[in-house]
Amino acid sequence: MDGLRAYRMIAAMWIRSTMAYRASFAMTVVTDFVVTALDFAAILLMFSQVDMIGGYTLPEVALLYGTAGIALGLADLGLGSIEQLGQRVRDGTLDTLMVRPAPVLAQIAADGFALRRLGRLTQGLLILAYALAALDIAWTPLKVLMIPLMLLSGTVIFASVFVAGAAFQFFAQDAAEVQSSFTYGGNTLLRYPPTIFSKELVRGVTFVMPLAFVNWLPALYVLGRPYPLDLPQWLAFAPPLVAVACCALAGAAWRVGLRSYRSTGS
Amino acid sequence: MGQGRLYAAVAVSGFRRYATYRMATAAGVFTNTVFGVILAYTYVALWDERPGLGGYDQAQALTYVWLCQGLHAAVAAMGRGMEMELIGRIRTGDIAVDLYRPADLQTWWLASDVGRAAFHLLGRGFVPMAFGALLFELAVPSDPLTWLAFLVSVALGVVVSFAIRYLVALSAFWLMDGAGAAQMAALAGIFFSGLLLPLNIFPGVLGEIARALPWSALLQKPADVFLGERTGLALLETYAFQGAWAVALLAAGRLVQSAATKRVVVQGG
Amino acid sequence: MIDSSHASDEEFIRLDGVEKVFDVRRRNGFLRREKHQVRAVDSISFTVARGEMVGYIGPNGAGKSTTIKMLTGILTPSGGRLRVAGIDPSRERTRLAQHIGVVFGQRTTLWWDLPLIDSYRLMHRMYRIPDARYRANLDRCVELLEMGHLLEVPVRQLSLGQRMRGDIAAALLHDPDVLYLDEPTIGLDVVSKAKVREFLRELNAERGTTVLLTTHDLTDIEQLCRRVMVIDHGRLMYDGALSGLHEVGESERLLVVDLERELPPVDIGPAARVVKVEGPRQWLAFPASESAAPLVARIAAEYPLVDLSVREPDIEAVIANMYATGGERLHPQAENS
Repeated sequence: MDGLRAYRMIAAMWIRSTMAYRASFAMTVVTDFVVTALDFAAILLMFSQVDMIGGYTLPEVALLYGTAGIALGLADLGLGSIEQLGQRVRDGTLDTLMVRPAPVLAQIAADGFALRRLGRLTQGLLILAYALAALDIAWTPLKVLMIPLMLLSGTVIFASVFVAGAAFQFFAQDAAEVQSSFTYGGNTLLRYPPTIFSKELVRGVTFVMPLAFVNWLPALYVLGRPYPLDLPQWLAFAPPLVAVACCALAGAAWRVGLRSYRSTGS
Repeated sequence: MGQGRLYAAVAVSGFRRYATYRMATAAGVFTNTVFGVILAYTYVALWDERPGLGGYDQAQALTYVWLCQGLHAAVAAMGRGMEMELIGRIRTGDIAVDLYRPADLQTWWLASDVGRAAFHLLGRGFVPMAFGALLFELAVPSDPLTWLAFLVSVALGVVVSFAIRYLVALSAFWLMDGAGAAQMAALAGIFFSGLLLPLNIFPGVLGEIARALPWSALLQKPADVFLGERTGLALLETYAFQGAWAVALLAAGRLVQSAATKRVVVQGG
Repeated sequence: MIDSSHASDEEFIRLDGVEKVFDVRRRNGFLRREKHQVRAVDSISFTVARGEMVGYIGPNGAGKSTTIKMLTGILTPSGGRLRVAGIDPSRERTRLAQHIGVVFGQRTTLWWDLPLIDSYRLMHRMYRIPDARYRANLDRCVELLEMGHLLEVPVRQLSLGQRMRGDIAAALLHDPDVLYLDEPTIGLDVVSKAKVREFLRELNAERGTTVLLTTHDLTDIEQLCRRVMVIDHGRLMYDGALSGLHEVGESERLLVVDLERELPPVDIGPAARVVKVEGPRQWLAFPASESAAPLVARIAAEYPLVDLSVREPDIEAVIANMYATGGERLHPQAENS
């Protein structure tokens, strides 16, 4: 709870300071929005040449795109700053966080809290809205419930990847980019239907690095599409459990990393 | 001759600077490989749907993916080269020192960027390509002359990329937010170099514009040479295209540089 | 304060045989790596009473920073027992944080891109400092460190001296019992150094704050600390009064005199000897334990003096001298125990 309190205070400080320069803030949000919009432009270009990718139509791909984008966007908004951990270990500024009466994880995650990341989030929301409007889905209460459940669990899963990646940086300080291949790379993967990937890859992101639970399994349930690898349908409801498990693992990884730092000082 | 040796030394130190970050290089290779795998599958899906799309067969399309993953760091398609450092020097005023050095500012930075590109080509080029060849069936040229022609095209791409980023960095003399300009340029680089999708599948007028812009010299043109799509006269045309953009942009860079120099001199540094 | 009941004031900081061993991997040819251990801190024991002001000195890599990092809870000791205000730092890092203030000379604890006052407001909330106390402490620091005009300035725009004062204020807002200062005057100009020292002296006198400082500048120690500890190769080499250190080290200070014109070496008897002559400037060495005043008076009376300055011996020289004069006398505390 100490952590949440410190997080809130530090984030609030950064928001106040960003808001002092409104024009510059608006610029960065727009830039972030355009950066992420380019990715969707690439998908539109693909659909200018074909009607389906892996048997999925544009609105279906948009549903995947929007849900993955929102989950990553929220996790990035909340924890994205944690990527600087390696840098802070290298220049020694991690020590300055450790002499304060608040958990290091909360302090580093809130440091430099960047509202401009709302750009990515907004873009995800817009595309999800488009997908929901364009899709012809026979809605049931469970399918409706599935949307917020999927976004929430997806955010937590991506957040765990951020934390685990940061924990890895305790051991390899220059390896910030490895983290991005799981977060941004994962986001790129999840935009496309699982039908286009090899079975081994789908197995990997289901059972090893459970990114498939971010949006694939719940979204396929909403779309009424057959599951990859003959997985059972009830897995659509597993994401909250997977998210909790990911959280626990990431927390353990973080503690191992921090303990190692405190015993080696590097 | 002495000048030539100076710039060679600058290039070598540019190479060395990047070579010291082994872990970062390994992490970069890993990331390129992950993105390569994901993109490769999307291309397979696209070319399954439309064989021969953009004039490539599937093996060529896959080769294109892995070539781009191996090359984009070398041609700095996403930026992250010397421009941020140069912008920093302009903002802090350290640039005044550089201007009075008995060396040409543009050539100095070009040499340093060529050194960086050489390292990125060696350090980040081969592993993703080899990995791609293991997983997918690629169309790798067997004729050493094609490889040679390809390397020339890459070198021209590096120069064009440098010339663009140099211009962007110099804008920091006039703009408050040079970093913003660099970010916009990086965006254009990602989209119009062909990193996201080959430019020859861009539809209609958009495709024609994209293929005529200088960024197409970064990845699309070298890739076309590598894939054997440009031989004989067409190869010379490609070189002429890249060379013309390089000359035009370098010349523009010189013009802006002299305007900027006057500004520094007038303001007294 | 809170429940430091079982920490007696006499042994407010207590180290018993504290060790820190690092595993270092060295590249040994291609791919082969050799693992070996480095004892950064090798069985150090000492106590510091509440309200003491102690200098902790030694050459680079001697283990000073490692000790400070263990005392602040950043690093976990490999062995021995360590208590600060009755708290085991590595186990209860966040609880300890309420009792200590830390200033890293080379790195700021302030938020780089934000105005100074924003960092202070955040400390106020983070340390749960009562409003009245926060106001009083901030006003006092602002006044004594003369930084009223700096509060709205982003930290990155502050000069080194201003930033250091800002950092010291930040470390004191929550009324810590102990203040650790790691090279607090490094890179500062003479005026800033004087201001910082004056402030620390008053803090210690009025509030009874315990201060432990590491430094390269012997003048810091001379002006602030009655007690000094010397560490080298991870071992405590000396613990006692500063004057004792000078005798032990037999170090010398330098008097640099600028005369009106080139003259033969100054001769004022055995009190000082000329070690260097360069045009009208001459360097005279004299024992560090002696006052410079009588020397200056004599030279001014007998020679055409234009300007002069006194150079303090640096830590490295003092410690080199300690080795040269033999180690036995260096362990007054080892003999006691």
